[in-house]
Amino acid sequence: MALTLEQVRHVAALARLALTPDEERACQQQLSVILDAMEVLSRVDTEGVEPTTSATFAEGALRPDVVQPSLGAEKAVANAPAKAGTSFAVPKILD
Amino acid sequence: MGELSDLTLLESAKRLAAGEVSSEELVQACLDRIATVDPKVRAFLRVDAEGALAAAKASHQRRRSGIPPLSPLDGVPIALKDIFCEVGKETTAGSKILEGFIAPYDATVVARLKAAGVPLIGRLNLDEFAMGSSTEHSAFFPTRNPWDLTRSPGGSSGGSSAAVAARMVAGALGTDTGGSIRQPAALCNLVGLKPTWGRVSRYGVIAYASSLDQVGPLSRTVADAAALLQIIAGHDPRDSTSANLEVPSFSASLEDGVKGLRLGVPKEYFVDGMDPEVRAAVEAAIDAYRGMGAEIVDVSLPHTRYALAAYYLIAPAEASSNLARYDGVRFGLRSERAHTLGDLYAHTRAEGFGAEVKRRIMLGTWALSAGYYDAYYLKAQKVRTLVRRDFEEAFRQVDALISPTSPVPAFELGAKAEDPLAMYLLDVLTLPCNLAGLPGVSVPCGFTRGGLPIGLQILGRPWDEAGILRIARAFEREHDFSQRAPVLT
Repeated sequence: MALTLEQVRHVAALARLALTPDEERACQQQLSVILDAMEVLSRVDTEGVEPTTSATFAEGALRPDVVQPSLGAEKAVANAPAKAGTSFAVPKILD
Repeated sequence: MGELSDLTLLESAKRLAAGEVSSEELVQACLDRIATVDPKVRAFLRVDAEGALAAAKASHQRRRSGIPPLSPLDGVPIALKDIFCEVGKETTAGSKILEGFIAPYDATVVARLKAAGVPLIGRLNLDEFAMGSSTEHSAFFPTRNPWDLTRSPGGSSGGSSAAVAARMVAGALGTDTGGSIRQPAALCNLVGLKPTWGRVSRYGVIAYASSLDQVGPLSRTVADAAALLQIIAGHDPRDSTSANLEVPSFSASLEDGVKGLRLGVPKEYFVDGMDPEVRAAVEAAIDAYRGMGAEIVDVSLPHTRYALAAYYLIAPAEASSNLARYDGVRFGLRSERAHTLGDLYAHTRAEGFGAEVKRRIMLGTWALSAGYYDAYYLKAQKVRTLVRRDFEEAFRQVDALISPTSPVPAFELGAKAEDPLAMYLLDVLTLPCNLAGLPGVSVPCGFTRGGLPIGLQILGRPWDEAGILRIARAFEREHDFSQRAPVLT
């Protein structure tokens, strides 16, 4: 499957990746080659086959819904590149 | 008596128990060895001499006061792939986007190692976010194979394999999403074990592809791998995907041999393009098992050829979702160039992620995007079901499967770094096991004429780590490959 530059830009926007023009072109070429190789999947008959979403062999884990101590606000913001008290600071999102 | 750094984990433990050596001496021997050889190998991102020596001292004092050891490996140091959170310590996943990130809590496996008295000696290099098969995708530097410094130690746990092979440490933890423990173990003459999905907690382990990721040991011997797995395995209430099952002894049946076992040889695992010396070594290993009394059975896993494509859609799709958290808001890098929140996300991620991570995020986002989801992601998940059924069918006939781990021995640094598909093909024999969630182990089975290690892969039924370790041990006992060391002057 050959991707257009427009498709690459659309996917980059969905992925929140600001690609340079060089990266866009490299992505277009490489993803096209990779997706071509993935075409083998279309040859597999999967009629009536359920998808596997998890590799688990065990029963789903359930526990009582009891509040446990968690990290706490100070530790949670300790790695923030910008913070205001115990909040994460970000650029203004509304004027 | 050889160098302390030549001892295996359990040999060190024995010396400690006999009072012939102290934990601090063991840690110091690792630090000395790291200082001597790591400038050439470059396995470590960071060495934590202070932390390891403090843990060693505490272990020594316990021992001197007659307190029973916290575990069989109390006082025996190991190192960690830089993907496990340890409270107060930097953890980067090999990425610029996490440079300087100080973990606010311990991963469950780290907490278990600490509770077992195991000194943690530092952080090992990896492909960024564990995406790669050569450790060349580390954002910091490539690691070199101790058997040939011009070659890759494999990946993504290549820092782990290189450090253990070079005798800088006798054991390490890695993670395996498509072969990232077994393949570097094979390329460095080590034992590398990927447990059953759900056997070991992933709490505090930086995620790549959650339905595939699993934590496991790399070591020089099978018994060491069993001892490390014993410490880290088991249910964790903090990881809902960790199985609430009783953990058996992984070492009790190690010496039971293979007489009467049925070992399957999947014909699809002897692929075109396989190195002839790898093929010959594995065929010799199969003959050796026959000689030890195992019954060798030809089996077929017909969907093997589709597994690679399914994996390289499913893993990037999950990665694109998992890595959405790196947005410049809560931790890690934040771009200085952005003035709006949208730009902040896009520029932070553009500056912080390397080329392979961007490629997989793009591939995964594509596979999940409107209009392509059914044809790519959903199709891959259905094929995953068929891959899994192949294994179920095979395990009705046999007790375990044996194959090469990697189709090729260690390759030159740079040989595949610019060709994503060639790199992905390196995982062709290891990733079906992850798609099916099964346990797998690689054990040394020979060398090429050029002196490069070759690994034998053994895959088992769900939860049968003890079974595959026993089969690996039977081979190890009859051969001396594991005892050979690379020459590093």
